[in-house]
Amino acid sequence: MKIDNSLPLEYSTEENRLKIFGFWIFLGAEIALFATLFATYFVLVDGTGNGPTGEHLFKVPTLMFQTIFLLTSSFTIGLGINAMRLGRQKATIGFFIITLILGLGFLGVEIYEFVEYVHEGATIQTSAFLSSLFTLLGTHGAHVTLGLFWGTFIILQIKKRGMTPQTTNKAFIFSLYWHFLDVVWIFIFSFVYLKGMM
Amino acid sequence: MDYFDRFAVPHPSPAIYASMVAIGLTMIAVVAGITYFKKWGYLWREWLTTVDHKRIGIMYILAALLMLFRGGVDALMMRAQTAIPDNGLLDGQHYNEVFTTHGVVMILFMAMPFIIGLMNIVTPLQVGARDVAFPRLNAVSFWLFFMGAMLFNISFVVGGSPDAGWTSYFPLAGNDFSESVGSNYYAISLQIAGIGTLMTGINFIVTILKMRAPGMTLMKMPMFTWSILITNFIIVFAFPVLTVALALMTMDRLFGTQFFTMANGGSDMLWANLFWVWGHPEVYIVILPAFGIYSEIISTFARRNLYGYNSMVISMVAISTLSFIVWAHHFYTMGHGAMVNGIFSITTMAIAVPTGVKIFNWLFTLWKGKIVFTVPMLYSLAFIPIFTLGGVTGVMLAMASADYQYHNTMFLVAHFHYVLIPGTVFAVLAGFTYWWPKMFGFMLSEKIGKWSFWFIIIGFNVTFFPMFITGLDGQARRMYTYSESTGYGPLNMLSFVGAIGLAIGFALIVYNIYWSTRYASRNISNDPWDARSLEWATHTPIPEYNFAVVPTVDSTEAFWDSKKKGFKLFGGKVEKIHMPNNSGVPFIMSCIFFVWGFALVFSMWIIAIIATIGIFACMIHRSFEKDHGRYISVEEIEETENKLRGAK
Repeated sequence: MKIDNSLPLEYSTEENRLKIFGFWIFLGAEIALFATLFATYFVLVDGTGNGPTGEHLFKVPTLMFQTIFLLTSSFTIGLGINAMRLGRQKATIGFFIITLILGLGFLGVEIYEFVEYVHEGATIQTSAFLSSLFTLLGTHGAHVTLGLFWGTFIILQIKKRGMTPQTTNKAFIFSLYWHFLDVVWIFIFSFVYLKGMM
Repeated sequence: MDYFDRFAVPHPSPAIYASMVAIGLTMIAVVAGITYFKKWGYLWREWLTTVDHKRIGIMYILAALLMLFRGGVDALMMRAQTAIPDNGLLDGQHYNEVFTTHGVVMILFMAMPFIIGLMNIVTPLQVGARDVAFPRLNAVSFWLFFMGAMLFNISFVVGGSPDAGWTSYFPLAGNDFSESVGSNYYAISLQIAGIGTLMTGINFIVTILKMRAPGMTLMKMPMFTWSILITNFIIVFAFPVLTVALALMTMDRLFGTQFFTMANGGSDMLWANLFWVWGHPEVYIVILPAFGIYSEIISTFARRNLYGYNSMVISMVAISTLSFIVWAHHFYTMGHGAMVNGIFSITTMAIAVPTGVKIFNWLFTLWKGKIVFTVPMLYSLAFIPIFTLGGVTGVMLAMASADYQYHNTMFLVAHFHYVLIPGTVFAVLAGFTYWWPKMFGFMLSEKIGKWSFWFIIIGFNVTFFPMFITGLDGQARRMYTYSESTGYGPLNMLSFVGAIGLAIGFALIVYNIYWSTRYASRNISNDPWDARSLEWATHTPIPEYNFAVVPTVDSTEAFWDSKKKGFKLFGGKVEKIHMPNNSGVPFIMSCIFFVWGFALVFSMWIIAIIATIGIFACMIHRSFEKDHGRYISVEEIEETENKLRGAK
């Protein structure tokens, strides 16, 4: 394995560069996936049948908590990657842990919100609007959940194996994924919640 | 017995029972054969765990050929059923299942894997790479496709086949009208295979963009590689749409969501749109690589460089863009206003322009060429007029107002077979014959190849040309029978006769493989066709590492230049080569995917949850695994090289 020391560790081998580039293309596919889910939501948003509408369901406090948690976590993972570039292993792990805790907080609020919806008679079977809402939010939430596991494994590997080209590469790709989830959330925030409450 | 009742086929017929017995006997024979010849270890080490792109490609092609015969038998049954009026060979339900599986199998489990197989074998060699960017992911892709295909195929004997057409339009594919688990099979097996395809897309984009030989700029890539690059971009942006559509379909059928229902706000038109936003680009996923194959073969056997390289590339890019903005032409008559129909009509017809450019480029390549009539070239030559006929009828269908007359008739069936069979099937058969010596080290018999070519070409036209006539006459597609007074009888009988001709042609291909494996000369050079691109510059059979020294490229046809103008292709000296290790995990994970899919089809939740955990366990295993591959030493490379040189 040839290591190019003029580049940051996560870019330092040929294989690492290929993996990062491949992941960017994967994110392109993810954009297509979420775009389809958003399109589905926009088509079905007025198909509320006899069920509740968005105006009736969406609440400001949960939305605010979720947004603060997720946006902050994108910031802290950025700090984590910065620490990684400086070669500070403890700080990297620390910021990654904070990121995951914030992600967990986001997920907790989302689950609370879903339970509330169901209590108000809004289940995934009630209407097409709710089917598409739960699917869009649920897909994002499932991505966050997956990210929590993924991030945990990366922390374990950094702890065990140190900052090698392999572990930093994984951590960097994970940070791309995490930022992407944040971007998707901004769209959900704007076009689902804000638009729904107006 | 109640527990097992749900696995029973809802509409059994003697044909299905016979198939069950045949499948059972074949499986016993295969297992017994492998055990008798003590080949389990070999199978596991050399094939099931392989990450070599050449072997994965061969497995793709093998699976695609098997599926060609599965889909072909469906086709023969359809033609036999409609050969005479008021025929009772198949009942309506069985006919619905047969045309549904024919469509799905031929497009998704035959055409696409065949293309991906050729792409796997040829692309890394053409760009001078040692493997694809992510060899292990490549194995995952193959096994997911394979397990998806197998899951789809067992629907025939366990639980019932899907019966709502390959488009699975709602509400027809909903629980109310498709009660059997058939449509569950459709949604889940396509999902599994589709994930594999998406990964292939990512893998090959990275391979082509990042692993080309030194000197090979984008505009010096061989045309086949160009077509593969564009195809993979289409895959990456189209397949997520299918993923979502199938997920929504699965939820509607299994969890009672309301996406495509007729009440509670659902929209059946949403399905039609989502399906075709993926489905139309899918057509170009199977056609564009075919254009690439023809470009290679025509310039090789016209002994001339390809005419209009730049315009070929621009045309393909234009086609790929247009392919995403024409989807609504598949349902002009579903009531979306004159404005929408008008726009989609124009975008659809616009595709004829870049396609026409390509046709003229091939003709100009042939014009001053010295044509050699080999089997691959014959397919390529036959493709041009037949495909043009398909394209022209496509423009007829693209006119929305005229389409109201002949939509959903046999005219449409004739059109898309006239596009897809010369466009894809001839291409993969041509490419398969053309690259066969590179894969296996001997040539297929030209004589038997020509016999099968003529059976296929004549059989094809006899089968599908009559459908243009009966279609314009009003014969609806997907109708399992018709009365004698319609007068469709004779032409349908003609179609049936043609279908038998096609079947003989395909059977001859198998015979050709058998005959050539036994009798063909092993004494062939590395470049038996006198070809032009890099895959012919290495040894036959190809060593594991493809090229001992990475080639340097200076023009679009570096290998041709090295033969004719003395350009030096291999400059550097031999160094140790890094190769990935084999792994059983892709195969095991895909087997778990199969179990997962089967459990979901029958709503067996506990098994589904266990399988989900199994799938994630495989991914976690991968994350923690330390596998840095291995090195092939210089001595080993030189030994291999000398042995291969000695074999000539």
